[in-house]
Amino acid sequence: MATNERSFINTVWDFFCSLKLTLFLLISLALTSIIGTVLPQGAVPPEYIASISPTKFQIYTKLGFFDMYHSWWFIALLYVFSLNLVSCSIKRLPHVFKFISEPTLVLGEGLRNSFSLKKELSFSGSAEKAKERLAEFLRKEFSTPVITEHNGEFHLFAQKTAWCRLGVYVVHFSILVIFVGAIIGSLYGFKGYVNIVEGTGASAFQGRNGQQIPLGFEVFCEKFNVEFYASGAPKEFRSTLTVLENGKPVPGYSRVKVIVNEPMTYKGITFYQSSYGRASEGGEHYVTVAQRGGGTPEKYTVREGVTVTLKDGTSFRLLEATDEVRQFAPGFSGPAARMEVTRKGAAPQIFIVFKDFPEVNAQRGDALIFGYEGSNAKQYTGLQVANDPGVWVVWLGCTLMVVGIGIAFFMSHKRMWVVVSKGHARLYGNASKNQAAFQMQFEDISEKFQEIKI
Amino acid sequence: MTSSMLFNVTTFTYLISMIIFFAFLASKNKSLGLAGSFVAYAGLAVQTVAIALRWKESYDMGVGHAPMSNLYESIVFFTWTIILIFAYIDIRYKYRVVGAFVVPFALLGMAWAQLGMNTGIEPLVPALQSNWLLYHVITCFLGYAAFAVACGISTMYLIKTAVEGTNSSASAGGLMSMFPPLKVLDDLNYRAIMIGFPLLTLGIITGAAWANYAWGTYWSWDPKETWSLIVWFVYAAFLHARITKGWVGKRAAWLSVIGFAATIFCYLGVNLFLSGLHSYGSSKM
Ligand code: HEM
Repeated sequence: MATNERSFINTVWDFFCSLKLTLFLLISLALTSIIGTVLPQGAVPPEYIASISPTKFQIYTKLGFFDMYHSWWFIALLYVFSLNLVSCSIKRLPHVFKFISEPTLVLGEGLRNSFSLKKELSFSGSAEKAKERLAEFLRKEFSTPVITEHNGEFHLFAQKTAWCRLGVYVVHFSILVIFVGAIIGSLYGFKGYVNIVEGTGASAFQGRNGQQIPLGFEVFCEKFNVEFYASGAPKEFRSTLTVLENGKPVPGYSRVKVIVNEPMTYKGITFYQSSYGRASEGGEHYVTVAQRGGGTPEKYTVREGVTVTLKDGTSFRLLEATDEVRQFAPGFSGPAARMEVTRKGAAPQIFIVFKDFPEVNAQRGDALIFGYEGSNAKQYTGLQVANDPGVWVVWLGCTLMVVGIGIAFFMSHKRMWVVVSKGHARLYGNASKNQAAFQMQFEDISEKFQEIKI
Repeated sequence: MTSSMLFNVTTFTYLISMIIFFAFLASKNKSLGLAGSFVAYAGLAVQTVAIALRWKESYDMGVGHAPMSNLYESIVFFTWTIILIFAYIDIRYKYRVVGAFVVPFALLGMAWAQLGMNTGIEPLVPALQSNWLLYHVITCFLGYAAFAVACGISTMYLIKTAVEGTNSSASAGGLMSMFPPLKVLDDLNYRAIMIGFPLLTLGIITGAAWANYAWGTYWSWDPKETWSLIVWFVYAAFLHARITKGWVGKRAAWLSVIGFAATIFCYLGVNLFLSGLHSYGSSKM
């Protein structure tokens, strides 16, 4: 019974230590990750739900496919991945340490034959003298050897950068560090969103679950601007922000320019330029209506979506407006509005009227000429709000990973032995990585080795 | 002299290089192999000047930025890195035939970019106005290029095993004798991936650093990020597969080809096929 238990535990242990499991996990993670790039994640758009069958939608929801990177099975995969990593390291690290601290001082027959890099030197002097001379040679050309006498032979062993065998474990450890950073971030960090209308401030933001979270200070939006290139492509989105504590501007945080790629950080909370729009409340638009025959145009002050009826029975409605029409109507610029005009007894017509292009407005062949004079509506800036205390742990992990990969790939543990017997000495070499480069070094050394006179 | 003229010269030079490499394969004439490499290097030199010139031209237009900001520029840069990594492997290991399987990737990229894409210099949209763009793009594309070279080498491996497997007579002779021995191809594949993997790792990390700097989130599982991670997993699997027995040789070559397919999907496929799910509102940036 007891042995059964032991063997069961051993089986489990071996399972978690196996590199086959690693391969399985890496490939599973790669394959399953594809799901989240094909299906929408987070808030599923209604059009998508309409496009698939209800059973399919149910199954996908049950399997967590719409938030798959946080689904129980994906997280479970990551846990098994970490377990695999930890067990594998626990199993192998002692061997590696032993390998480094207790190197193979005496080169047995088996190893001698397995090495491809070897060279022989014959001499007439005594083995004792040869040992001294060759030890000196290794010290000068490679590194200081350890000398062991064994079965009447002298084994000279020298090595370089043995510790680089730990590089792989630095890489593996770094993955765990990154996971820890991510967990800290998800436990103690927060992320959210706030819209601030020009000329107003905000002292709370909207968290991921829609709740309002207080900032502990106030962020005031002085102004929001968009600049465009001549081609109409956006050039800069700029919020001018001021931080207020107890209603007073904080020195150094007054009229701070925040643009995409240049956020503002105050008390560990970072504000990123993320979106913008027109504040829908309180905005009024100025629309002009002129008779084609002439006469002074009449001016109307309207709100978005509200129908106005003119004396002749024609009604119109401003559907939406923008301060910069470029992105919607290439070749035009400045403020514009989309209008719906219904002549009495006719079907509604929808068209765009511009502030800066009255001649275009006039080209519409109708008895009435509509114009647009802009609006008093303010813009709001949309800021992303984030605080992630785990991010430094993540960067530490990334640094460790880069360093570890550098060690694991570009450094090698080089070892050399000289076995001195009566009348001849043999030089052997081995490197853990990059055999080709080491071969050149070995050939260089072995040439000098052969010229030694003893 | 304008950069676009030089890019045309580059494309043409890579075409010549490829033809010479094919002639080398057919004739086994050593000097042809050398000529193929030299023409490819000449193309690399011209392309380097062209990229520098385009960079300068963007400043002359008043929208100065590194030429890596849209699909056209990125493909041109990608082909440049492919030839650069090829040059490194060629000079270090001197297996000229590899050129016949790598230069076509570069030619394909240049031809597609020159013929099928808008080549105009465009100003940078706000999201790309950052120095991180440079670090991120350079590391990613050098990594991708090393994977392209590894894929070319693996293709050679698979062709060689397929041909030698069928007529298992001692020396298959013919074209196959031109190919480096299987063991060497396997090793070169590993070496190319040893160049690519650290660069891809740096590419993902610089991308995360940039995302954190610009958006406050170093990782958001956006399709591009996720695909770069998928590519990373595939090559990590490749590296570990070598340690376990039985995964060298043919299976490793297949992993390398699959890895490159995933790389190309990460680079192009995500934009072409998955962008619909990732449409930003018009007022977003
Ligand atoms: C469950 C996860 C993992 C386990 C159990 C694992 C295990 C191992 C083992 C046992 C080795 C061989 C060490 C030796 O040669 O003595 C190794 C090598 C290596 N591992 Fe991992 N590993 C895992 C995940 C990863 C990941 C995600 C990476 C990504 C960076 C990675 C990077 C490396 C590298 C670079 C090497 C060296 C490969 C080479 O020298 O060719 N490992 N791993």
